[in-house]
Amino acid sequence: MTPRFRPRAAWPALGIAALIVFNAASDLRTGGPGLIGPGAFLHLAIRDGIPSGPLIDVLNYGATFMILAIGMTPVVATRGIDLSVGSIMAIAAAVAAVLSVGGQPPPVSIAAALGAAVVCGLWNGAMVSGIGLQPFVATLVLMVAGRGIAQLITDSQIITFHDPALEYIGLGRPRWLPLPFPFLIAVGLVGVTALLVRKTALGLLLEAVGGNPPAAQLAGVRSRRIIALTYGFSGLCAGIAGLIAAANIKAADPFNAGRNLELAAIFAVVVGGTPLTGGRMSLAGAAVGGLLMQTLTTTMYARNVGADTAPLPEALVILVVALVGAPRAAAWARQRWAR
Amino acid sequence: MNRRFRRPQASTTVAAGILVLLIGLGAIRFEHFASFGNLANLVGDYAFVGVAAVGATFVILSGGVDLSVGSLVAFTAVAIAVLVDHGWHPLAAATAAFGFGTLAGAVIGMLVWWFDLPPFLMTLIAMFAFRAGGFLLSSQATPIMHPFMAQLSSGYQVSVGGTIIPARSLIFLAFAGAGALTLARTRFGRQVCAVGGSRRSAAVMGVGVGPTLVGIYSLAGAASALAGVVFAFGKQAGDPTAAGGLELTVIAAVVIGGTLLSGGVGSVLGTGLGVLILGAIRLLIDFQGDLNPAWTSIATGLLLLGFVLLQKLLGRLRGPAASPST
Amino acid sequence: MTRPDAAPAALLEASGITVEYPGVRALDRVRLVLRPGEIHALMGENGAGKSTLIKVLSGQRRPDAGTLTVRGIPAGFGTPADAERAGISTVFQELDLIPTLSVADNICLGRFPTRWGLIDRRAADRRAEAALARLGVRLDITSPLGTLPLPTQQLVALSRALDVEARVLILDEPTSSLDQTETARLFGVLRALRDDGLGIVFVSHFLAQVESLADRITVLRNGGLVGEWPRSELSRPQLIEAMTGRTIGGDQPAGPTVPAAGRPVLEFDRLGARRRLEPVSGSARAGEALGIAGLRGSGRTELARLLFGADSPDNGTVRIDGVAVRTGSVAESIRHGLAFTPEDRQGQGLILDLSVTENIILALQARQGALRPVPATEQRRVTEHYIASLGIKVPDPGAPVRTLSGGNQQKVLLARWLATQPRILILDEPTRGIDVGARADIESLIADLRAKGLSIILISEELDELIRTCSRALVLRDRRAVGELAGTALTESAVLGLIASAGHAGEPV
Repeated sequence: MTPRFRPRAAWPALGIAALIVFNAASDLRTGGPGLIGPGAFLHLAIRDGIPSGPLIDVLNYGATFMILAIGMTPVVATRGIDLSVGSIMAIAAAVAAVLSVGGQPPPVSIAAALGAAVVCGLWNGAMVSGIGLQPFVATLVLMVAGRGIAQLITDSQIITFHDPALEYIGLGRPRWLPLPFPFLIAVGLVGVTALLVRKTALGLLLEAVGGNPPAAQLAGVRSRRIIALTYGFSGLCAGIAGLIAAANIKAADPFNAGRNLELAAIFAVVVGGTPLTGGRMSLAGAAVGGLLMQTLTTTMYARNVGADTAPLPEALVILVVALVGAPRAAAWARQRWAR
Repeated sequence: MNRRFRRPQASTTVAAGILVLLIGLGAIRFEHFASFGNLANLVGDYAFVGVAAVGATFVILSGGVDLSVGSLVAFTAVAIAVLVDHGWHPLAAATAAFGFGTLAGAVIGMLVWWFDLPPFLMTLIAMFAFRAGGFLLSSQATPIMHPFMAQLSSGYQVSVGGTIIPARSLIFLAFAGAGALTLARTRFGRQVCAVGGSRRSAAVMGVGVGPTLVGIYSLAGAASALAGVVFAFGKQAGDPTAAGGLELTVIAAVVIGGTLLSGGVGSVLGTGLGVLILGAIRLLIDFQGDLNPAWTSIATGLLLLGFVLLQKLLGRLRGPAASPST
Repeated sequence: MTRPDAAPAALLEASGITVEYPGVRALDRVRLVLRPGEIHALMGENGAGKSTLIKVLSGQRRPDAGTLTVRGIPAGFGTPADAERAGISTVFQELDLIPTLSVADNICLGRFPTRWGLIDRRAADRRAEAALARLGVRLDITSPLGTLPLPTQQLVALSRALDVEARVLILDEPTSSLDQTETARLFGVLRALRDDGLGIVFVSHFLAQVESLADRITVLRNGGLVGEWPRSELSRPQLIEAMTGRTIGGDQPAGPTVPAAGRPVLEFDRLGARRRLEPVSGSARAGEALGIAGLRGSGRTELARLLFGADSPDNGTVRIDGVAVRTGSVAESIRHGLAFTPEDRQGQGLILDLSVTENIILALQARQGALRPVPATEQRRVTEHYIASLGIKVPDPGAPVRTLSGGNQQKVLLARWLATQPRILILDEPTRGIDVGARADIESLIADLRAKGLSIILISEELDELIRTCSRALVLRDRRAVGELAGTALTESAVLGLIASAGHAGEPV
């Protein structure tokens, strides 16, 4: 038995802990809300048995990042990148909303939305592994054109829907475990994917393809098919994230759904221990990386940084992580260490 | 034998053909489409795209990509608006913003050089930073109010035979001309092509790859900032949400103009044609009236894809340059 | 042709040059003296240190020890630009030009004439034309370099090298892609340059070319200097002996013989690919080891890759047990029982970050598909079996294969393929760069496999190894087959004789 599920989640988990400590310390300052008072980062209110507060928000909104990151991980592990996840989210949301408003039962609209997302992902896969386009070019096309497609589907409207089952995806709080339903989906997805990777040989073949493409080919690994599938899976995950995003606001917004989430997803993957150079992957790390991303965002909000300006400090953090993680920097550090 | 005339690339000819075809199509379907005034407006409306695309041509020629174009345009426009609001003269504000864009580009170039990280990642981070930076300066669209602007709106155009040509289209043409000259007739321009053609060989041949990269991204930053100036002066406002998705439009224009995404081959003239093709498509969709404007981004994406595939196909037909293998 | 007999002041003198790479001493106190008006051949087998020495001379690698003087002046240069300023120009085998730029730009890049900050196009073109004219070449200097045939590109590279005030010209395998006429023309150019007083360092595998061109020969072996001779004082057998360290004629007993009745398992007929390999035919029988002999660049690896389906042939067929196999498909070849260990173990064979176990089961797993994982118990059994039977020294099968020594890495690669129960095993340089013990292990393993009825195809530069192991050998030269030796006729001197036989100028060692 070879361990395919390598816990590389320690670093992002440490990051989350550090952010929580930072917030708690800020809250404790005189005039602040105190450690757990109302308005504090660690404040936890329980109403009707349902907890709420900034930490719960992190789980709730972080689910989107987690899911996108899980989908992006196999892509990055095989030396690819998927810039189209935000647009695929918008497409999935649009399909679900239009069908739901059109009177289709939830299973149909959900299945159709996820189906559309998978088709988008496979399209990316075909462009990359079939035709041989650079991954960022292939997915950039869908990143921009995909938003146009989403607008066509909704006829450039924001479509609101009223469908308890659909809304539950984003707003539900199961009675047996009163946590945000999106978070439970994300955790479930990590579990299912990890199981899939562990119980089949997919993990080994993915890491072989990403670790040394010519060697994998000479060993008889069907690299092209595997690479195409990773983009399909990324599409599926983006579809799920799109449903959550739509359910959260009970509407499909083709202009803003999933906007600007690509970088956050890439960040979550990289900080979770899957290098951009491929060859190694950690699903759990990516998921925790997604939570770290949301903790960072929630911290911004807690410190009164607006939603529009929050990406600036986030971009700086991502920049630092990217630079520190660059092979060039690692080589330099090694040299220094050796001396 | 006339060897002094460097042959235009086949793809530039294709691009010119498509542009003529689109304008012809418009002329047949719609009255006034191909009128001089309308076409002059087309050039004017796409001037900021064109200016940014000239900068992006250098980046793509070197084998890189710049995803920060749109957000830097928006940031520059907002910065100008805010500075004017604080009592600056618009021209001083524009100069400051232009300087910032150049400097930011230089920083990106240095990071790409020193850390050897993929340009798409570095510029993606820059894209987010600039966008958020714009919001930081002003969360809403800010009008640029200054006596100079009123002066500008009356003097900001040139009349040719009774038809008004917006001055911004002249800026576009002048910038494209300067870009073309830089590419073809300066050491820097040739080094850009060399780095894109083969980074390793270029280094062996004595090209300073690092300084060239810094130069390329500085130029791209300067172009985006100038595009932002043109944009701001045209709209007389700075809007932090503006120019979303511009990066793809720009990349599409460059590729349609015959520049290889793999680097090394391309021309500024082609990029200019590519910009006009995208402008003509937009104009056709607008004239049609009943078409969803979302088609613009879809058409841009499809056109980009089509040309990338065409490049792949042509590359395969021509065959790889034989390399001695062991 | 007049050449000064009394040695004038050296144009370039490198002495005590030592270069160390992690774990390897690539050059050990090597000395090279180049006089003006001389063509100096630098000879040696692969790994002898020729390319490292060239890297040092051209400023691409700073030596760890040693001195360089140019015309008596100490020169310590570490960049290509420094070397160029000292008058040393190098043309590498890979040419190092920009295929997308025009011929004129390629010649002038890095030293464009300018006027008022702009490139003086007219002057640049004149300069390019003049540089080409010096070699007697006329071509359209505006055409992109990549569209020109390779020999022409090479002349462009040479023109570029001469465009600076070069006093020393270093040519790395300049004829490897030229035909006879092109080679003759190049030699004419080189002789003219020599008579102009240039010093030329010429690296080539082609013995006949060296004999016809060089004035002096320096031979390296295993990173050390063997000696320097005037060409006229070194006969061909002496040269081969200096390069290989073996004498022609002192043969070991021939390798194993094989029952001639063994049926052919693998047959290939007129298998070839444009620019890579002229059509080659042959066969391998069950229980037989077929050797493929020839120098690097003779087409050995190309043949192996075509047989295994890693590259697509332009023509020819491959049959296994008489049944035609779809060529150009690795999966298809594996299904038919083929296996291949590439020469570049780390670059093309192993996934260095994956564990020993994962590397061993990779081909097996790839054949079964992702959805039918090899059970953990089976993985452990296979791994333990091969660790024991091949004597792989590894503390823990879960350790990344990166941490293993070269010999153990090679054994892991072999284990990967043996686990698929192949019938035909193609081994490309399986013993290169590994220690003596592992080498012996692999040789005896090949003998065992042969005894079990496997068909082995062995590519090796080590002739003694090839002859000990194989009963038959196909000799390649210049990307084509030049003969086949079998049984008692397969001796080192016979193989070397086939390779070294006197012939036209394009003939390789």
